[in-house]
Amino acid sequence: MAMANKNSINQLGIADNPVFTRQFRIIRKRTETYDTFSIDLVALDDIAVFDFEPGQFNMLYIFGIGEVPISISGDPENTGTLTHTIRKVGAVTRGIGGLKKGGYLGVRGPYGAGWPIKAAAGKDVIAVAGGIGLAPLRPAIYYLLAHREQYSRIILMYGARTPEDILYLRQLEKWQSLKDMTTLVTVDRALGDWRGNVGVVTTLVGRSSFDPSNCISMICGPEIMMRYTVLELEKHGVEEKDIYVSMERNMKCGIGLCGHCQIGPTFVCKDGPVYRYEQIRNQFLKREM
Amino acid sequence: MTLVTSTVMKNKNNIVILEREDFHILLEILFREGYELYGPTVNNECIIYDRIQKTEDLPIGWKDHQKAGSYRLEKSDEKTLFGYSVGPHSWKKLLHPANERLWEAAADGNGFTINIPQGDDSKRAFIGVRSCELQALSIHDKILAEGPYVNPLYRNRRENVFIVAVNCTRPGGTCFCASMKTGPKAVSGFDLSLTEILESDAQYFTVEAGSASGTEILSNLPTREASQAEIEAAEKIMERSAENMGRTLNIDHIKELLYDNFDNAHWETIAERCLTCGNCTMVCPTCFCVNIEDISGLAGQSAERWSRWDSCYTIDFSYIHGGSIRTSPTARYRQWMMHKLAYWLDQFGTFGCVGCGRCITWCPAGIDITEEAAIFQEKQ
Amino acid sequence: MENLEKILANHPSLSDLDDKYIQLLVSCASNVVFKAGEYIFREGEPADNFYLIRHGRVLIEVNLPPKGSIIIRSREEGEIFGWSWLVPPYRWHFDAKAVELTRAIALDGKCLRGKCEADHDLGYEIMKRFVQIIAERLEATRLQLMDIYGNGK
Repeated sequence: MAMANKNSINQLGIADNPVFTRQFRIIRKRTETYDTFSIDLVALDDIAVFDFEPGQFNMLYIFGIGEVPISISGDPENTGTLTHTIRKVGAVTRGIGGLKKGGYLGVRGPYGAGWPIKAAAGKDVIAVAGGIGLAPLRPAIYYLLAHREQYSRIILMYGARTPEDILYLRQLEKWQSLKDMTTLVTVDRALGDWRGNVGVVTTLVGRSSFDPSNCISMICGPEIMMRYTVLELEKHGVEEKDIYVSMERNMKCGIGLCGHCQIGPTFVCKDGPVYRYEQIRNQFLKREM
Repeated sequence: MTLVTSTVMKNKNNIVILEREDFHILLEILFREGYELYGPTVNNECIIYDRIQKTEDLPIGWKDHQKAGSYRLEKSDEKTLFGYSVGPHSWKKLLHPANERLWEAAADGNGFTINIPQGDDSKRAFIGVRSCELQALSIHDKILAEGPYVNPLYRNRRENVFIVAVNCTRPGGTCFCASMKTGPKAVSGFDLSLTEILESDAQYFTVEAGSASGTEILSNLPTREASQAEIEAAEKIMERSAENMGRTLNIDHIKELLYDNFDNAHWETIAERCLTCGNCTMVCPTCFCVNIEDISGLAGQSAERWSRWDSCYTIDFSYIHGGSIRTSPTARYRQWMMHKLAYWLDQFGTFGCVGCGRCITWCPAGIDITEEAAIFQEKQ
Repeated sequence: MENLEKILANHPSLSDLDDKYIQLLVSCASNVVFKAGEYIFREGEPADNFYLIRHGRVLIEVNLPPKGSIIIRSREEGEIFGWSWLVPPYRWHFDAKAVELTRAIALDGKCLRGKCEADHDLGYEIMKRFVQIIAERLEATRLQLMDIYGNGK
């Protein structure tokens, strides 16, 4: 087999071979919770920047073990560093969790459709996140805050299982201290020393004020949490066309060629993962589609 | 042969006759031009696609008898070269192979280095491609070579293929290309198209070129212009062929019908017979799903990425942390049939079914997509 | 008394309740204050009131040995808590603790049960509102039960 140029990336920055993987190195690693960690990566090839839209994902490759789709969780305007937040659920994610600073990862991407941060200009933006669902939303929140004057209200509602499961605790506390953003946090249950909200994240919808006729809502979390959140938002007057969800399915190629991520007629890797609720409603509510 | 998006010449008036005894010259010319020849051949009581060298490698005189869950061959006295319809193989075995290495990588001191294979420039000639298969190739072109991300290995192989199509004069017992509007007569996507005519005192082929390369090759064959009578005889045979399909499927609003019937209990009735064996996905010429597998050498110093055929019938095809989305056989059968007749239209603008009948023949339970479509239509 | 009437009429959980019913409620209502950390009621005690929170936060807890108290719900300003007064044997199923200084209106359950028996129209209005509260509670509880953020084990 002849050896091709290992950096065969054309002028558009897209590999001619779509499963070509760029090499990145871990420059920082942080423990977020007992099963979740974040890594900051830098590219080792000539292309120094990593441009992406909030809501997009990469296929992360750990040498010899495999690949996994992970949403990008960093600041989209900090293009020199690529950040991912990963929960250890299988062989690949645990393998990545075993790497230390200086470790190597392959990266393919960014892929997929992102959050409607431009379409939300002039409106109230309501981000509702559950569990690790906060990670794919964080880049959007960074963007909204960096362009604060373009948006009306910014509201984040976040729900986790218990206080120990809260992701980005310090970041949430920082956001809670901001005057021009509303950050509400709740847990499903807590032990005696918790003084904050207890109850599922849908209960936060009624506790904030926003204009349902002029808003964009972005929801990310387990599918059932998204379903109930949509119902709750609709109860408060938000229309389907203004609600966006982030879907997740089994992905192997991430580029629409392997067929695994289909829900009915849609490929989550290229039509999603972010969908306007209107687009996905029929698939969302069907069992075993 | 370039992809069907290139201009195809309509040579309606340039139909020529190639005598049976001159057929071998076609193969010889292609061979001289550097093409590897692939065509139907008998193996293991089946007609499959394999390398061929000469005319005698073709299934001369063989006829197939196909029913739901049944495939038999019969040797007859008629010395036809193409007197059968499609077998379990489709051309995807050569263009979209079951196992393909995408790249190999080696660990070095600074991480790892990925080596991407060079494209495969072999020239291949496919002899005996049926109209339904031409449509299947065009469908794969759309998915694998014309989307936002292209499979460069597929595209490379596809660009180096010369297609000799054959019009089905004897449709198979499970064929329904006429219903799917994909045959039986090949109209585009080929370099040369042949119709085999066997009469009591003559055996010959009517031949049309469908591209510049086809015309080029044709010009080197000893042919004569077809007479009006011969042209009409060939047309009549193809008309009769269209009327003698083994199956029919009414495609009128079938997409909407299936969407509306997503929760219909009939899916469970079908699933009671379905073994989820995935045979249908293996023999289907449009199925393209693959698994991307990463493997490593025992010493951990080398790794490879492979693409292998996968099937939506496997239990973990739709697995995400915690479990699969489609666990029941009902959901998996429904996924396959609705993909072919409904979702595909929304995704790619055509049906995912070309009416070749392979899924019906090769299903061990004899489940028949045309029968099930009709049942849903009756239930309306 | 007048002050209470206005407060009741303006409380979000009693919105669009007819004035004449508000007046009936007023005679069962009183102002209450709880200090931070004070238990409002405990599991097993007679359920004689329900509460409309004006300011502050209340945590609904259950005692789960050996873990201790598990907080299963928080209620805050504008919200209502306590429905055991409606359902025999009228005993609290959970503990309720004020986590910060909390002002509320307490509505006497025995008093209100009596009034509902006497005036079924009032009874129906009260039932309508509490059914919604209980339904929302049930749905939220079911979601908590499903442990939706779990590891999928």
